[in-house]
Amino acid sequence: MKKLLATLLFGFLFFGLSAQNSDLPNITLKNLDGESVIIAEINNEGKPFVMTFWATWCGPCVKEHNALTEVYDDWVEETGVKIFSVSIDDARSTAKIKPFVDGKGWPFEILLDVNKDLARAMNVSNPPHTFLFNGEGKIVWQHTGYLDGGEEDLYQEILKISK
Amino acid sequence: MKKLTLLIVFVLGITAVYGQDFLTKSKVAGSFEVNTQYYMADEGIGITDSTLNNKYLGINGFGKVQYTLGNFTAGIRFESFQTPLSGFRPELEGSGIANYFATYDDGIIGITVGDIYDQFGSGLIFRTYEEWSLGFDNSLRGLRAIYRPCEGVTLKGVYGKQRYYWASYSKDETRGIIRGFDGEWDLNQSIKSLNNSKFKIGVGGSFVSNYQSAASNDPMYNIPENVAATAGRINMGYGRFSFSTEYAYKMNNPSAINKLIYKNGEALLTSLAYSQKGLGVVLQLKRVDNMSFKSDYTATENDLDINFIPPINYTHTHSLPAMYSYSTQPNGEMGIQFQVNYLIPKKTLLGGKYGTKLAFNYSQVNDIVRDSINYKGNMVINKKGTLGYSSPFFGISDKVFYRDINFEIDKRINKKWSIIVQYINLIYDIETIEGHKDAPTVKADIAFLDLTYKINTKNSIRLELQHLWDCIGTSYKVEEGSEKDFIKRGNWLSALLEYSIAPKWFVSIADKYNYGNPVADYRDHYVTASVGFIKDATRITVSGGRQSEGMVCVGGVCRVVPASSGVSLTITTSF
Repeated sequence: MKKLLATLLFGFLFFGLSAQNSDLPNITLKNLDGESVIIAEINNEGKPFVMTFWATWCGPCVKEHNALTEVYDDWVEETGVKIFSVSIDDARSTAKIKPFVDGKGWPFEILLDVNKDLARAMNVSNPPHTFLFNGEGKIVWQHTGYLDGGEEDLYQEILKISK
Repeated sequence: MKKLTLLIVFVLGITAVYGQDFLTKSKVAGSFEVNTQYYMADEGIGITDSTLNNKYLGINGFGKVQYTLGNFTAGIRFESFQTPLSGFRPELEGSGIANYFATYDDGIIGITVGDIYDQFGSGLIFRTYEEWSLGFDNSLRGLRAIYRPCEGVTLKGVYGKQRYYWASYSKDETRGIIRGFDGEWDLNQSIKSLNNSKFKIGVGGSFVSNYQSAASNDPMYNIPENVAATAGRINMGYGRFSFSTEYAYKMNNPSAINKLIYKNGEALLTSLAYSQKGLGVVLQLKRVDNMSFKSDYTATENDLDINFIPPINYTHTHSLPAMYSYSTQPNGEMGIQFQVNYLIPKKTLLGGKYGTKLAFNYSQVNDIVRDSINYKGNMVINKKGTLGYSSPFFGISDKVFYRDINFEIDKRINKKWSIIVQYINLIYDIETIEGHKDAPTVKADIAFLDLTYKINTKNSIRLELQHLWDCIGTSYKVEEGSEKDFIKRGNWLSALLEYSIAPKWFVSIADKYNYGNPVADYRDHYVTASVGFIKDATRITVSGGRQSEGMVCVGGVCRVVPASSGVSLTITTSF
């Protein structure tokens, strides 16, 4: 077992080198239309983007999403930012996410992390957990938890990198 | 030593060949969490120095590090429970490397060796996951291979043995070896003419077997060494409608959970949804019959679960309704869930300036119907060593395990004020779900109010009020000796006041008061105070006070948290 592990490890090291250079892990998730989305390929055409982890059962997450919804149009207009919203709800809620999101009028691109593969890869312990990526896909800021007004702090960070 | 030399040579070799690339493309990330609690005697809620038994300090902690280089990822997780917090399983006590893995995935082929988390479909026959707040981890140590031969097709195989606390993975250990296979085909992605079709369709199928050689050693019964399960699923969508269903079937699998009956198991999960901007409606139905599937037939509680039966009911997170959280009954349940979310548009009479969010939810779970069967000329039911019972597929028993009807309004009134109100009507079969024998079913109404006042962009005050009316009042006559079954019964009042300075600080004080308990000794206040600090991805919370007995549930898997008193410190961070 250990030998096998070591061999694979070394083998992969060589192959691994050819890949891209962002902070997004090589994981495939589904969107609300059931289509596969390769996380490593996510970008916003050179502009910054936000990735926020949430769950339907998480009160502060819902508050954060409501608050982001209110300011989203202005943010997009001023900075071109885009928000990707990753639900870590388990299979019980998969069918409920779309009606839930639509019923609240959230305009974000939703991804379903049903078995928390992406959350694990990005070291998300508790939602909400929000990441800000620059145009090259590098994490420049992250924040866990949401307190009323917290979105303002995120916006200041977005402004810093979108000139 | 030889290995080490080899490794150094290898790493140097790579560095030489790839030079700068190797250094700049390598990424190390990780996270760390520690939960500690100092317990104190508190006679008011029945905790004395002797019940604490010198366990004054509980610590649960983990640290994980992950290394990524392009398509290659490797990770390791260290865990420590010295001693576990109260309410966590004593088997967790110990420290060590609980999890490690290495993965290569180039989008076509993926291989993982080590500890694997994955699920097939909705998890009805296979799901391995980790839930820190429950102390739950059923990861599979072994091998996983993924192959994506063309766009839209994913084939997956897993092989290994599950984690059981700190038990070794050696072949002397009696838990089973799991083999699983899953295939998924998204027709819209793989068939060109369907690429942009309004009609969406995807199908999938899976097969899992558990081989437990020790099973045949049972002195009384002939227990099958091999237990196989299979499942099929389909997802369809057309415009605003979507439909998904999964059916699972499990071969006879006498176990401690089903009390050694030889009946086959089956489960069906179906969802129908309609969704457009501003309106979402979803209806879900499920049937579960004898579907506990574990890699050791003697395992109990949530140990060594191979599958996951998703509960479909609404998840309450407010403290009073969360006391009565439903936990999945793997031996049999029929459930229905209906939910509507509606956004009253902005700039209408009821919508106001910001719009008003409404939600309605109806969930109910009943038992399945069980009829007696003929065994050697006698009609028997649930008799060990027999087929147990017969159950009509669409039959619904009158016995209600759980029912929840709730309605919520979430409204921002103006720049300063926002309000959430919720009304909940609950039926909770505390005898079945928590095992309080002969305790009358909880029939409760709960009102919830959350009021937030924004002083300015950074400072906010939040007030949360809850009241629970239980059908049994203070005058209910509790038989002597059965008082313990009435902990947390009767009326409750709860209040929480929180002051926050975004994005870094919050302080809160809360009281839960079980003033209506039929047992006078249990009419207690549970006062807690917390202070929290958040900076980037680090969060530190200190709280102190009394914790009432309750249940922490994640995805229908629950852990009972005993009442306690003391001070706790939680630190989480990631880098």
